[in-house]
Amino acid sequence: MNLAEKILAAHCGKKKVVPGEFINTKADLILSNDITAPIAIKEFRKIGVKKVFDPKKIIMVADHFVPNKDITSAEQTKFMRDFALEQGILWYDVGQMGIEHCLLPEKGLVLPGDVVIGADSHTCTYGALGAFATGMGSTDIAAAMATGDIWMKVPQTIKFVYKGKLGKWVGGKDLILFIIGQIGVDGALYAAMEFTGEAIDNLPMDGRFTMANMAIEAGGKAGIFHVDQKTLDYVKPRATRPIKVYAPDADAEYAQVIEYDVSKMEPQVSMPHLPSNAKPVSKVGKIEIDQSVIGSCTNGRISDLRIAAEILKGKKVHPRVRTIVIPGTQQIYLDAMHEGLVEIFINAGAVVSTPTCGPCLGGYMGILAAGEKAVSTTNRNFVGRMGSTKSEVYLANPAVAAASAITGRISSPEEVTK
Amino acid sequence: MLKGKVHKYGANVNTDEIIPARYLNVSEPALLAEHCMEDIDLDFVKRVKPGDIIVADTNFGCGSSREHAPLAIKTSGVSCVIAKSFARIFFRNAINIGLPLLESGAAVDGISNGDTVEVDLEKGLIKNLTTGKQFTAKPYPEFMSQLVKTGGLIEYTKKRLASVK
Repeated sequence: MNLAEKILAAHCGKKKVVPGEFINTKADLILSNDITAPIAIKEFRKIGVKKVFDPKKIIMVADHFVPNKDITSAEQTKFMRDFALEQGILWYDVGQMGIEHCLLPEKGLVLPGDVVIGADSHTCTYGALGAFATGMGSTDIAAAMATGDIWMKVPQTIKFVYKGKLGKWVGGKDLILFIIGQIGVDGALYAAMEFTGEAIDNLPMDGRFTMANMAIEAGGKAGIFHVDQKTLDYVKPRATRPIKVYAPDADAEYAQVIEYDVSKMEPQVSMPHLPSNAKPVSKVGKIEIDQSVIGSCTNGRISDLRIAAEILKGKKVHPRVRTIVIPGTQQIYLDAMHEGLVEIFINAGAVVSTPTCGPCLGGYMGILAAGEKAVSTTNRNFVGRMGSTKSEVYLANPAVAAASAITGRISSPEEVTK
Repeated sequence: MLKGKVHKYGANVNTDEIIPARYLNVSEPALLAEHCMEDIDLDFVKRVKPGDIIVADTNFGCGSSREHAPLAIKTSGVSCVIAKSFARIFFRNAINIGLPLLESGAAVDGISNGDTVEVDLEKGLIKNLTTGKQFTAKPYPEFMSQLVKTGGLIEYTKKRLASVK
């Protein structure tokens, strides 16, 4: 069995599972947020049980529209908070919260070998830790909150092998944008994506989170990494439960194995309005921008902020470009302060926000007007994603977003660091 | 038997187009339905009539996990969605809340915007009443048929819990 199959088999009490098989899998963690929890709670009430199956395995994070942007989002967060307090489940609100997919790994809540389900499509982020993590809907989460398990179809797995060493400004974001460009936004539909190879072995954890995060942008059910020393160094100091490590068998079967040599890869930019419209930054042409967003569950971690700060240090952002930096969690915010990154951003003319999903989904904190263009380290560039249906979002890594903030047009980091 | 006029779209219709996130500060189905398909088809909510059918190319419902998307479609009066393929989470959500989905590449190619289509869910038959052509949808796997027959995941879960007691 491959990695996804091994984890799923262990969670449904079977010796072996095969792709296409319907199983009932136990979940180690069941997640929802201020947008998806309200519907999950209403559906949970319909089931007729009074208590969730295990309060320690259920977590709610207020992150999409908090600190609340308006009265209705305040009502939704309150609805979630009241339920969390009533049930005694884990919950994170303003002051402790972070963007859920940055926060849960940081708190040691997700461990290798876990099955995690979340009413958020980017739940697949935790695959970076060698967990099987996948997004679902609110009703799925409602049922799982009552029973502790959920139905699943065992996915096929596509194995990606990245050969070669990455260049200075190239990271996880570029590897995943490149793949989505190659296979398309439904290239891994219903499949698990297993990421391997020399470039992955050398990729820091933050880059792995970025890649797993965007598996859904290829239609994937999960994006999953093998557990290595980097994973263990990350989880061991944080874990509050025993860690169970799974590895694929030597004779594991894959629907497909795709190899790339990435040693000459440039930073990638996904043009509007699909993540699959990926191009090397040198082929983008002259695209003037109005906003640069550095943050999100994709690229709001400390290494992302370090890269952006390395480029912005001692420079000023272009007067036209609103540059918005959003640390993913309070801890990342604190680390960025201690390391002097916040000062670099503010001196450069950027703003630094409290953690929030905010602009990524056109919620608040950086909405685009008609005709405006943004370069963003987020994960989606659909029509109207960050505001007006006549605005445009260009997806890129933090180095490109920072360099573009300085020049006022989409730029390679080399342009401002030479 | 479902019957209605077709609203046809291309590939990769995403959940941000079906229900933009700026409206996700509420979760009441009726309020969501007011903005259904807004970012891809501004007049959809004015044109849609009860029973109407959405037909789309591949990967319908890609993007976010928001169950608000199938809820908005269902509450707008749409009786079912026919597509060449569906994004995974959208598929689960639709089945869970009782919005019927049918997968058939031939049907999508053989149906034009504005056609009148009749659907027999039980048999998976799709009939284009405008052209007279008939198509068969890919059947659901056994487990999913059961889930649909039981009335969705909440009813299914209730039964499961009751049988354990």
